[in-house]
Amino acid sequence: MPLLELQNVTKAFGAVVVADELSYSLAEGEALGVIGPNGAGKTSMFNLITGTFAPNSGSLHFCGKPITTLSAADRCRAGIARSFQIPQPFSGMTVFENLMVAATHGARDSISKANRHCLEVLEKTGLIDRANAPAGSLTLLGRKRLELARALCARPKLLLLDEIAGGLTEHECRELVDTINDVRKEGVSIIWIEHIVHALLSVVDRLIVIDFGRKIADGDPAETMALQEVREIYMGVDADG
Amino acid sequence: MSAATYTISRSTPVSRAAAVAGLILCLFLAAAPWWAGRADLRLMSEIFLYLSLASLWNLLAGYAGLVSVGQQAFVGFGGYMLFAFTMFLGVSPLLAIPIAGVLGAVVALPVAILIFRLRGAYFAIGTWVIAEVFRLVFAQVSDLGGGSGTSLPIDVVKSIAASRSARESTSYWLALGIAVLVIAVAFLFLRSRQGLALTAIRDNELAAKSLGIDIWKTKLVVYIVTAALTAATGALIFLQKLRISPDAAFSVNDWTAFVIFIVVIGGIGTLEGPIIGTIIFFALRETLADLGTIYLLVLGLVAIVVMLRAPKGLWGMLRAKVGIEFFPLARRVVKPSETQDGRHGK
Repeated sequence: MPLLELQNVTKAFGAVVVADELSYSLAEGEALGVIGPNGAGKTSMFNLITGTFAPNSGSLHFCGKPITTLSAADRCRAGIARSFQIPQPFSGMTVFENLMVAATHGARDSISKANRHCLEVLEKTGLIDRANAPAGSLTLLGRKRLELARALCARPKLLLLDEIAGGLTEHECRELVDTINDVRKEGVSIIWIEHIVHALLSVVDRLIVIDFGRKIADGDPAETMALQEVREIYMGVDADG
Repeated sequence: MSAATYTISRSTPVSRAAAVAGLILCLFLAAAPWWAGRADLRLMSEIFLYLSLASLWNLLAGYAGLVSVGQQAFVGFGGYMLFAFTMFLGVSPLLAIPIAGVLGAVVALPVAILIFRLRGAYFAIGTWVIAEVFRLVFAQVSDLGGGSGTSLPIDVVKSIAASRSARESTSYWLALGIAVLVIAVAFLFLRSRQGLALTAIRDNELAAKSLGIDIWKTKLVVYIVTAALTAATGALIFLQKLRISPDAAFSVNDWTAFVIFIVVIGGIGTLEGPIIGTIIFFALRETLADLGTIYLLVLGLVAIVVMLRAPKGLWGMLRAKVGIEFFPLARRVVKPSETQDGRHGK
């Protein structure tokens, strides 16, 4: 049984189609990379998986159960957590309290269990020294780390990462890759949207390419990157822009 | 250093000192019937009832983001329930107050289902319309005096206590009690996991729902709890006044406009704000009320100046400068070696 399954998921805003008959499945423990030009519908796909949008047609299953009509909150409780491409911190709360929200509501941990787990995640993600800082005072790098840390505190089975490596130095990027690989070892499945391809390829074992809301390639990362169609669409746009 | 060596602190030296001072203040105020005059008791009762309304509105608007201008619906409803239960069913007034609260929660549910479909300014207008509906409905009940209202019968009043001074003391303690209860409920609610959810929703709804928070349900709980306590406060207000009429019971001016003034100048979204705001409101009223309409002009002027100079209210401004909180809501991570200083790390 796949962990996540999308069947012909379609979503349009007026004439703009952000997901066009998207279908794929993700096995438990798998790490899937997602690439595609800006505006291809990658983040929209996350919004459809997490329930921020409802699809116009098609269906989604998680752990074998239909989730198409579940609310975003219920999907998180079922085990889907995400990081946002544009960080969405609870600015008035401290970093630690941001994590506590995820632990007590997403994972539904008891307060004492949540306290312990949040402290562990703060250490793992290098945020422990900023634990009492208001989340609004963090730098962009800090906010990106907070996105990852907060998602982890929800104890996800499936972790969705949206361009979490953008703007990091080479060293920071390696640290991030190590953290994500550690998360994988704990059995968490990952879907990662990323433009920093070398970081992505050092984690994922499968790659899909999305353009105009359609899946145009799906398979082994190295083979997928070598496809002529992918090179034209993906790299072509990248070189221009 | 491993995670196990860190601890979570939920209080600061300032907050612990404030708790002791608060307890002493409550005891001092509870003893007021022995040291204050009749007029002072009445004034202090009114202050406590306004403090209760302001703290409730602050919970609703400042934390849950539900900017209602229709809380007079529940004030008036509570007042009328007190009159109805004591006059027609012979219930003791002291028992009628919690009954009014429970019924306030019951009517809040269908009201919430209706108005939660509205957002922002539409929600505010919707709550006001609901309050007008309440007013018109109670004006139709001729057994409760219809449009001109009614007074609490003398035997009901006497059932509170035999002597006048005992009645006045009881009434004072009830007012003090509800204010303490409301502040305690708000404080404990905000410190709980529901408080985490509520603060998260206030800061970022998109992230809140993506992290497992049911926004609708969280706001509904706040709305219903607030309605119940507002109705109980309303029952107490009209137990003091001994007379009720639709216009007085559902007055948007008395039970919402002044309350918003108090919360905004004190500091919305803080527990301390309504306390500061209530003190300022009554200080202005007691010194300027003889001036008639000029008093209202001064109130408006104060509100404008505070909103321009201190958009987070006087307590918000003070807190930003001094960095203290009397009601500790934060969860601070403390290293074993670190000594607390009661301030957020920068």
